[in-house]
Amino acid sequence: MTITSIPAPAPTDIAALGLRESATFDRATIADIQRAASTGVYDIRGWGAKRKVPHFDDLLFLGASMSRYPLEGYREKCDTDVVLGDRHATRPLHLQTPVTIAGMSFGALSANAKEALGRGASEVGTSTTTGDGGMTPEERGQSKHLVYQYLPSRYGMNPDDLRKADAIEIVLGQGAKPGGGGMLLGQKITERVAGMRTLPVGIDQRSASRHPDWTGPDDLEIKIGELREITDCKTPIYVKIGASRPYYDTALAVKSGADVVVVDGMQGGTAATQQVFIENVGIPTLAAIPQAVQALQELGVHRKVQLIVSGGIRTGADVAKAMALGADAVAIGTAALIALGDNDPRFAAEYSALGSAAGFYDDFQDGRDPAGITTQDPELSSRLDPVAAGKRLANYLRVLTMEAQTIARACGKSHLHNLEPEDLVALTIEASAMARVPLAGTSWIPGVQGSF
Amino acid sequence: MVTLTAPESTASTAPDARVPESSTVDLAVTSVRELNQAIHNAADGQAWTVTNPGGKHSLAVGIDADIAVTIEGHAGYYAAGMHQKGGVTITGNAGVGLAENIMSGRVHVTGDASQSAAATGHGGLVVIDGNAGARCGISMKGVDIVVGGNIGHMSAFMAQAGRLVVCGDAGDALGDSIYEARIYVKGTVASLGADCVEKPLREEHLAELAELLAAGGRTDNPADFKRYGSARNLYHFHVDNSTAY
Repeated sequence: MTITSIPAPAPTDIAALGLRESATFDRATIADIQRAASTGVYDIRGWGAKRKVPHFDDLLFLGASMSRYPLEGYREKCDTDVVLGDRHATRPLHLQTPVTIAGMSFGALSANAKEALGRGASEVGTSTTTGDGGMTPEERGQSKHLVYQYLPSRYGMNPDDLRKADAIEIVLGQGAKPGGGGMLLGQKITERVAGMRTLPVGIDQRSASRHPDWTGPDDLEIKIGELREITDCKTPIYVKIGASRPYYDTALAVKSGADVVVVDGMQGGTAATQQVFIENVGIPTLAAIPQAVQALQELGVHRKVQLIVSGGIRTGADVAKAMALGADAVAIGTAALIALGDNDPRFAAEYSALGSAAGFYDDFQDGRDPAGITTQDPELSSRLDPVAAGKRLANYLRVLTMEAQTIARACGKSHLHNLEPEDLVALTIEASAMARVPLAGTSWIPGVQGSF
Repeated sequence: MVTLTAPESTASTAPDARVPESSTVDLAVTSVRELNQAIHNAADGQAWTVTNPGGKHSLAVGIDADIAVTIEGHAGYYAAGMHQKGGVTITGNAGVGLAENIMSGRVHVTGDASQSAAATGHGGLVVIDGNAGARCGISMKGVDIVVGGNIGHMSAFMAQAGRLVVCGDAGDALGDSIYEARIYVKGTVASLGADCVEKPLREEHLAELAELLAAGGRTDNPADFKRYGSARNLYHFHVDNSTAY
């Protein structure tokens, strides 16, 4: 979104004038209407849902005391490794941290950004993921563990890269836009991007929302069988869903033969999607996890079919909370871009020139990113040093992991996977109902138990 | 007869005699996994015959050696999926996703093919002597497809590159949201999809069509066909196109 209106008076001035801002038609809403009336097209932007929704912030850990023993913070081991895809694949991934990098395409991101993601992830022993548009040598070369996305568009899909992948992620949906296809606007369809996607240079590219050769879980089971045959049953196969009906979708993914289920909540980011889609379709990550876990538990495959959760993971506390609710691992996208240098205040003047501001910039579709991350412009891209940015990402991933360990030890857990819902309480009734943990200070879980 | 491992070992040591003329896999007694593993391990120049396919799925997928595979009977979903080298011939019908994402080489079906034949194919040639179902050539990215009979609705949807030749009729919404692929249809077209239009059949098109028909073993006259392709009006999001989809 671009800030287009005249700078608003300071709040004190507004009060002095006796002006009242409408809660329904707030300034951002008014600007949206004015922009739509002026341009005749809907707003397309990057990032995920910006509206406030119940989230991990609404949960707290109880920590150990008399009835639980904590682990010694600087002495006792708290493991963080995770094995992904050992249900059927003969070559599962073994990652050193459960914090993985979510799928982001070359095209949406610059080659330097993709390389930096690979460098940072590999340094701490975790995986990175391709996106729409195929696998680049920069990414494969720098990624020790690379997940290859299998998307409806099949841009750049080929069996050589499929066999090079450490895991295959069949993408059904994305938290930012469950039910929606992708788009990459003409500014970013450079010769290289167009070549990888077999498209004319400079067009506004549309990605399909449905796979071209299967529909429904019965077909998906056969499709997974085909991918296993092509890769000689070595490669783990993930199924990624945008969180909308995660209980049913997770169950059907398991039935279809997935080794790993990835659930992306509505706060999960996108490179370019209609704002109306981002903010109004899908459910919060917090609401999605218990539904997915319930499906896995009912099918007797929790911890056997691993669950990766994404959408709004920012801190080690978020990592620990997702895992306590039953996730085996998490994935980060927006946070990883910020770690690389996205929305850095040192580009404040340039963000301002684009009608945005550091901390607000979400016009990833425009290809004019001053930080050189969400762009294909050679000059802008060259600003991002993939080695230095990769180091920043590695630092951040280590901090997330150590923060999660800190909390796990306080809860008496010798492995992040030992965190459990019993370690959590909720601050609000909404979060309690969604996360299915008690409201703090009570034993009440709305929707699970009938009364307070 | 089932021959799955090291057929060369039974041959003489003379270099030209090491590759057997043909190995046969009977799917009545051998699993699809064993078949695919065997052809993934196969050397260039080998010939493989698959008997009793019984409509099984994922037959002869991921071939990346220059081998010839003949499937004697009907195949299920994704036969010859992601084909890269050599040729696969199916003397029967094929299920959904025949030769999906084919990269190069040749896949030939003597009967009919179900939905999404040659979907997302990047190259190579897919020949269907009979009819093809809906979404034939969907999101095709460079593959050539020659269909002897009719094709179903939504064929060549979002077709990006390559050529689709139809010697019979085409169903509704042909070439919807097409990019740069070229479509040739001899019979009738029930309806054209968004941004797909009839285009002039010039000399260069007659020439490439003649080549494609010959490659597909057809004797049809190129001059009897009409050409369809993108009007390129929907290549950019624009408010004036809001009712086009």
